[in-house]
Parts: sequence; C-alpha cells; structure tokens
Amino acid sequence: MSDLSPAAAQPETEIDLAAAEALLGTDTSRFRHDYLEIRGLRVEFDGFVAVRDVDLTVTQGDLRFLIGPNGAGKTTLIDAVTGLVRASGSVAFGRTELLGRSTHRIARAGVGRTFQTASVFDELTVLQNLDIAAGARRGPLTLLRRRPGTPEAVEHALETVGLTALRDVPAGVLAHGQKQWLEIGMLLVQDAHLLLLDEPVAGMTQAEREETGQLLRRIGSQRVVVVVEHDMEFLRSFADSVTVMHQGRVLAEGTVQEVQNDPAVVEVYLGAPAAASDGAAAGATAGAVTSEAATSEGELP
Amino acid sequence: MTVLNALVRPGRTRTLAAFGLAAALLLLAPVVLSPFRLDLLAKFLCLAMVAVGIGLAWGRGGLLTLGQGVYFGLGAYLMAMHLKLADAGPGGVPDFMLLYGTGQVPGWWEPLRSPVSAILLILVVPAALAALLGWAVFTRRVRGAYFAILSQALAAAFAILLIGQQQTTGGTNGLNGFRAFFGYDLADPVNKQMLYLIAAGVLLVMVAVVRQLTVSRFGELLVAVRDQEDRVRFLGYDPAAVKVVAYVVAAVMAAVGGALFVPIVGIISPADVGVVPSIGFLIGVAIGGRATLLGPVLGSIAVSWAQTSISEQFPSGWIYFQGALFILVIAFLPGGLASVAGTLRRRPAVAGLSERSPA
Ligand SMILES: Nc1ncnc2c1ncn2[C@@H]1O[C@H](COP(=O)(O)OP(=O)(O)OP(=O)(O)O)[C@@H](O)[C@H]1O
Ligand SMILES: [Mg+2]
Repeated sequence: MSDLSPAAAQPETEIDLAAAEALLGTDTSRFRHDYLEIRGLRVEFDGFVAVRDVDLTVTQGDLRFLIGPNGAGKTTLIDAVTGLVRASGSVAFGRTELLGRSTHRIARAGVGRTFQTASVFDELTVLQNLDIAAGARRGPLTLLRRRPGTPEAVEHALETVGLTALRDVPAGVLAHGQKQWLEIGMLLVQDAHLLLLDEPVAGMTQAEREETGQLLRRIGSQRVVVVVEHDMEFLRSFADSVTVMHQGRVLAEGTVQEVQNDPAVVEVYLGAPAAASDGAAAGATAGAVTSEAATSEGELP
Repeated sequence: MTVLNALVRPGRTRTLAAFGLAAALLLLAPVVLSPFRLDLLAKFLCLAMVAVGIGLAWGRGGLLTLGQGVYFGLGAYLMAMHLKLADAGPGGVPDFMLLYGTGQVPGWWEPLRSPVSAILLILVVPAALAALLGWAVFTRRVRGAYFAILSQALAAAFAILLIGQQQTTGGTNGLNGFRAFFGYDLADPVNKQMLYLIAAGVLLVMVAVVRQLTVSRFGELLVAVRDQEDRVRFLGYDPAAVKVVAYVVAAVMAAVGGALFVPIVGIISPADVGVVPSIGFLIGVAIGGRATLLGPVLGSIAVSWAQTSISEQFPSGWIYFQGALFILVIAFLPGGLASVAGTLRRRPAVAGLSERSPA
C-alpha cells in the first residue's frame, strides 16, 4: 500500500520551472505571434442563451484570467472554443478559424484545455497519460508497437510537474492537486499553443497554488493562456489581465486594479449598487468578497 | 508464493509461460483425446477465436458487441459456399441448388470458386463491413447500450436474411454435407486432425496478436478511449478511428473462427449466427474475464464444454444454466473468473483500482 499511497508520495512532488524551459523553448516559429480572437460569440441551449455577444482577444505573453459568478458562461465559452458545444460568431486562433471544426481537429490546431473536475485516465499510469497526450500525430506503425522508452518531451513534462517519481503509478491514485498538475503536463506535451484552463488550482494547498501560478506565468510568456478561476488571491498574484463575465456577456476587461475598481463588477459581485462607495474602498471590498460570492449561486435570469 | 506471484502478475514471464503451457496442452490433445472428442475441441477452439476478438473490443475497448454472430456467420458462409462449389467441381452446381433452386449458380457465388479469392473474401468482406458499420456508428457517438442493441439487431437481421434465401443460402437448413477441404477428404481422420491443428495454431496466433495490441501504444489508447472518450478527443485523436480498428480486428477474428468452424463441424445454419449464439459468444468472455488475455479463451472453451456435457444429459437444461451463470458472473464477478486470482493477490495492495469496470 505504502508505495502507491498518494499521501506518502506527496512531499516529492514539486513544480520544476527549469524543466518547463525545455518544453516551451523549442519551436515557436509555427505559432509565433499567436493570439486568440473571439468575435460575436453566442451559445444557445434550447432557447437559453448561455453566452452572447462575447468579444475577447488574448495575445501571447498576456496571462489572462476569466472570472465571473457561477453560471456566467465561462466553461461554456471554453466549450465553444474547443468544439464541444455548437456556437455562432467567430473564434480565430492566429489565422485559423476554429468554429465549425470537430473537437479533435481543433486540438490538432494547437488548442488544449483542462476541465473543472480533473479528468485523467485513471487506469493508466502517469507516464501512459503523458505519452498518449504527446502522441496525436503518431502514425499507425508507431502506435502498434510498444513504447520503446520515455519520449524526451514526456520526460521533461514529468519533471516540470514534479511527477517523475510517480511515473508508474496509476493516475487514479494521485492526489487531487497532482492530477491537476498531470493535466497541465499533458497540455505541455500535447504542444498546445492556446491553453484554456478551467479552475486549475481548485482544491490545491496554498503552496501548490503558488507553484502552479509560477508555472502558468512561465507558460503564459510563450503561449496564449486563459485561466478560469474563482480564487481572487490567486488572481491578484498572477493575472496580467482580467476579463469579467456575467450572465453570458463580457462585463469588464482590464488589469486587476481596473477591474476591481469597476462599479459594474462591484455591483455584480456584491449584488448591490456600488454608487455609494468610493473607488479604492470598492476595489478592496470587491476583492475580499468575490471569492465567497463567486462560489455561492450566481444570480441568473 | 513468489513463483505464483510471477505467474499471476501481468508481464512478459507470465505471458510466455501461459502461452507455452497452452501450446503444449493443445499439442497434447490429439494424443490423449478420441477423434470424436478432438473434433469437439476443434469446434470449441473456433468459437474461442470469436471470444479472443470480443476480449479486445469489449474488454479493452468497452464495445459491447452483441452481434459477433454476423461476422462469424459471414466467414462461415463464405467458406461453406466455397466448399460447396469445390465439391461440385469446375463449373458444377451445388447439390442443394439443384433440389431447391433454379439449378443455376447465382452470379455472386462465382467469386468463391477460386480457393485464393475465397480466403481473401473471408478476410476482406467482414473487415469491410465492420469498418463501414463501425465508422457510421462510432462517428455518430453511438455507444454503450445503444451500440449493444444495434449490434444485436444486426445479428437478428442477418439470420432472417439467410432464412429467407432458401435457394441461394440453404435457408433454415443452412449449408452442409461438405466432402473436402481444399482438396483434403473430410472423411479421413488424419485430415480432421490436421484441421484441429490448424485451428489450434490460428487461435494461438490470434492470442499473440491481441497481446501485442494490448501492450502497444494502441492498447493504451484503447483503454483511454474506453474510460474517457471525450478527453481523448481533446488531445487531438479521433476516438472513432481507435474503436473502428478494435471492432474490425474482432470481426476478422470472428470470421476466421466461422470459416474454420465449417469444415470442422460440417454444417453452418442461421441458428449458428443469430442472436442466441451471439450472446453465447459473450458469455464465455464474461465468465473468463473480458479484460484479461487468456480469460476469454478459457471461459469460452469452458462454457462450450459445459454446454456439450450438460446438453448430453439434459437436452433443454443448458439454456437455463447458461442464463443463471451469466447473471451470477455479472452480478458477483464483473471481472470474470480471471479476476479472482487478481483480487486475492491485490487485496492487501491497492483495493478498488482493479474494480473499476468499463462501461
Ligand atoms: N449543456 C447545457 N445545457 C443547458 N444549459 C447549460 C449547459 N451547459 C451550461 N448550461 C448553462 O449555461 C450557463 C453557463 O454555465 P457555465 O458552466 O458556462 O458557467 P460557469 O461560468 O462555468 O460557472 P461555474 O463558475 O459554476 O463553473 C449556466 O446557467 C448553465 O446552467
Ligand atoms: Mg465552469
């Protein structure tokens, strides 16, 4: 039991930024000057409009956070970009239009995502999980053979997310935070150049959040990264810019400071007009209250 | 204990040992069994080939194929048609067509006259059908129970189609009365023994193929598709393609089993390819352990053997026994008998890990 127990193995895991260099530093020519450009995005579920008139531009090197109360449409937006739900409007990654493509083709165009609930292949080992993530371009002959060794990218990813010691452990027994790191590792070996992360630090300890933030910042300097997150503490520490969504629309956009001082944002998060409070106070309150307000039920039509 | 552990733990040593043991037992059988029993065993081996394919598609890929009778039947009928034409001689007309039909060989029978094209068609026709069907079904994201029902409906339709074609497929009677197999007299016990050895060899090759597929990257991908199809899609793979490959391999194995069944048993009829036999194929796999390498083979042979012995004593008892056995295994032993060894061994270690059963 002891050798497989996640609790026993936890102290060994640690994010390794140096190893991330090897993964991120290589070949940026294909995707240089990457940007995500969403125009007029609209998603409808049986008459209920979950996302409407969303315009969003995110460039490489700008670590963008996407926040908003529950039900604001953040996950739906990611679903639309990755082809999981049908949407209208336009989503361009670089010069590639993504809308209308099937999910696996969007992934091959360099778009990767994680899910609100960590989703790894529980019965496969950490190594197998990463190897599959790295292999979408493998030919049939490679697939029909046994893995000859650990591919270099997978090795780097293992180091980056601190799971080298746990490489042969089934992913199902990993601790929650380790699963989320594994998912980030999978995005890295997948060679995604647009990364959409849905609540990547939920359930992590403070120390793990700190390390994850550093890694995301490192990734964000060379990739287009959008992070959906409720944790305001985390947001203040690592966001370059923030987009606030509410009831399917973009409510505000700017730096953390700008967004925190935006009366409309304060109103959404406090559920009361912000007219009475002066800017600085409103900013402070918004920041403090957001994390609770966001985890409770958001107000919806 | 360590020897036992080495044998029980999945790995090269265990596989080689099990493979060697199986080969030795299969080679020993002609020496110890009467010709009648050997014939019976040869038939069981043909049915076990279907089980090996199901083990891959269902055990690894989660594809609950309730209609393998279709592919078994395709292989069997194609072989039977060839044997009938060969018996009739060059340009001749099979006997049953003279009795029930127009006395003319239909055009679509003609390609089966040549032995080479017959063998090719036995492999290609089921593969093409499985690829076509699999592609249509899997790209539409039909899965789980819906796929199971669909595949079963196909088996039912196939049997009905055969029954309706009295003049060209022998109808309910099926095709029988074969005299020779690629020139070898089927009445000669030596040739029957040769057929047994062919079946044993082919079965071993199939097990080796499935083993290779399982340990390959494809095998890992197949498990990933089984457990989290959507996640695989977001990594840039098309899960439908992965499933189609597993489904086609299973179909070809079923077809080869059917093709060898014909000269060994001497008859193929719609009763061998419909819904009931299709479920029968699955039962052996479920009992033996669908996710293991040898579980499907051993389970299938055990079930065939039990069926024969029970039917000898109580002619109608088998169907109830089979149903009861199936329910017991599904309810209390979802991993099959092969999982008993694994559970006993693993209990002190990571409990729960092996119990995650695929949908
Ligand atoms: N498949 C669906 N069918 C119908 N309605 C849906 C579907 N998916 C999401 N919705 C609705 O769309 C709205 C936006 O949901 P979404 O999951 O995008 O919110 P979110 O911003 O990610 O919220 P959270 O912070 O809770 O994750 C919600 O009202 C939700 O109920
Ligand atoms: Mg969400």
